Amino acid sequence: MGRTLAEKVWSDHIIHEGDGLPDLLYIDMHLVHEVTSPQAFDGLRATGRPLRRPDLTIATEDHNIPTVDVDKPIADPVSRIQVETLRKNCEEFGVTLFPLGDLEQGIVHVVGPQMGLTQPGMTIVCGDSHTSTHGAFGALAFGIGTSEVEHVMATQTLPLKPFKTMAINVEGKLPLGVSAKDLILAVIAQIGTGGGQGYVLEYRGEAIKALSMEGRMTICNMSIEAGARAGMIAPDATTIEYIKGKPHAPHGEDWTHALSYWETLVTDPDAKFDKEITIDASSLRPFVTWGTNPGQGLPLDQSVPDPQSFSDPVERKAVENALAYMNLVPGQPLKEIAVDTVFLGSCTNGRIEDLRAAANVIKNRKVARGVRLLVVPGSTRVRIEAEHEGLDQIFLDAGAEWRGAGCSMCLAMNPDKLTPGERSASTSNRNFEGRQGPGGRTHLVSPEVAAATAVRGTLSDPTDLVEV
Amino acid sequence: MDAFTVHTGTAAPLHRSNVDTDQIIPAEYLKRITRHGFEDALFASWRNDPEFVLNLPQYEGSSILIAGPDFGTGSSREHAVWALQDYGFKVILSSRFADIFRGNSGKGGLLTAVIPQDAIEKLWEIIESSPATPVTVDLQERTVTAGDYCCDFEVDDYVRWRLLEGLDDIGITLEHADAIAEFERNRPSFKPVLN
Repeated sequence: MGRTLAEKVWSDHIIHEGDGLPDLLYIDMHLVHEVTSPQAFDGLRATGRPLRRPDLTIATEDHNIPTVDVDKPIADPVSRIQVETLRKNCEEFGVTLFPLGDLEQGIVHVVGPQMGLTQPGMTIVCGDSHTSTHGAFGALAFGIGTSEVEHVMATQTLPLKPFKTMAINVEGKLPLGVSAKDLILAVIAQIGTGGGQGYVLEYRGEAIKALSMEGRMTICNMSIEAGARAGMIAPDATTIEYIKGKPHAPHGEDWTHALSYWETLVTDPDAKFDKEITIDASSLRPFVTWGTNPGQGLPLDQSVPDPQSFSDPVERKAVENALAYMNLVPGQPLKEIAVDTVFLGSCTNGRIEDLRAAANVIKNRKVARGVRLLVVPGSTRVRIEAEHEGLDQIFLDAGAEWRGAGCSMCLAMNPDKLTPGERSASTSNRNFEGRQGPGGRTHLVSPEVAAATAVRGTLSDPTDLVEV
Repeated sequence: MDAFTVHTGTAAPLHRSNVDTDQIIPAEYLKRITRHGFEDALFASWRNDPEFVLNLPQYEGSSILIAGPDFGTGSSREHAVWALQDYGFKVILSSRFADIFRGNSGKGGLLTAVIPQDAIEKLWEIIESSPATPVTVDLQERTVTAGDYCCDFEVDDYVRWRLLEGLDDIGITLEHADAIAEFERNRPSFKPVLN
């Protein structure tokens, strides 16, 4: 019987078959950042184990770092110690690091693909749940905890139980004005935050094939929000075009060999998924979350739901809690919700295409009075590219803040935070309670909706804007 | 890692679904570079509420947390496991755990035992009517017992074996060092490497 894409990549990395116990899998690339690595490096030192493959390990500073005054020492002493610890550890164990101020610095999931380090058929791990992003290239990529980080450092392998496979078939075309972000928010609302648990998702179908690599990364990035550790998309001409010429792309004969291997990385026609769901792309509209988990979302033209309309008591309780936290009332039209801050950035939507899409909406317009628009490129290279295209000036002219690269307000570990009670529209990936700052309230949106919301001051899509 | 066979302690009911790891430990606390000392960070924002379950005197000292479905979603931060352990929890019961959290728990020696939601609700009822009821979690027998009530729980076989034996994963893997080296010799040259 045929095999799925995920099964092919899995079996090509088996070192030792577990026979009911976990298989031992080889890891092609290990991405490291300052937050989930210090205790792992300590573990190596405590046991006297070397880091097995520094040449397959790469580190960047992203989670914790400021996005202003990046040429000055980090003001927060606790953050500074963590970043300095990463620098010392990388030095001691021979790991390549892109520190703050380096041209290659940025969010780890933006840096890997832009350097050409993310390629089809690889196994990629990182102590960060949004490692699923790299699945957009047909890699098997997933987040791990700090114990596993240490395991990969020491052995370049992980013991893993095989995943189940789920096909997400997205048929038809996305309507104009509906983005990859709207699509993945709709998928999560349909299958729920636990729907993908135990599965690798494979996104397939006409609407997926039509997406750019940036759009595919947005989709795979949020697989974890549906409970799946990994999401994948089979490589095709779009993938190859993106990788070609990148600094770490294969060259010469290696390029030819790579291409012939990558061609095999598709789900066979007679392969069976453990589960399949189908979504009609043409029925989708701009989507937004109203609650406190990424599955609590609706099309933007609808209203805040009534807890009484949920029959499952556990879910009803969750909706009541969410509405209380979000300070929303049932029946309130989503487009009437006023925001204080708009955050454009993150590993979900901080790539050049995302900045272009938002700039296109906000060009010749102004950010609404009393609203703060924070634009944080996903990497220093994205920032430079955007500046080269004049996007920074479009945002600045509109009244936005143009920042340095990093995770920033996606998780609010650095000084970019919401204050208690403050409400945001955010292109990031999590609307959990307090995620963007204690007491902060988050609505997840696409870059286009973020830009339109910044202009109107209430949740909006670009069609709500007056022509300029 | 210490071996885990049977644990008996009191339990705290957490009437929440989708308890994400940002709730278990907010990002602010992840700046620390140690592996211990996270007890103050556990459920930090909920603990500001005097009515939060862990602030109620009857649940003081509990070592078993009984939670709603989809516990541990979101971020991969293993600090969530460390915070639960530092606070004193040995076992978490839920009808469904997020994959990464469950994996991290197994590595650190925190038992995540899966029981159906109706069993969770039965245990909530028992604990709330009598918070001092000792609850016993037997990993050998895969059972949870509270007073006259007993139910089976699910746990991954491999995780159960490692917990029972108190084994270190890296040590187990390094027994395959020759196979790893052999695999590396055969890796295609087109795979990226850093210089």
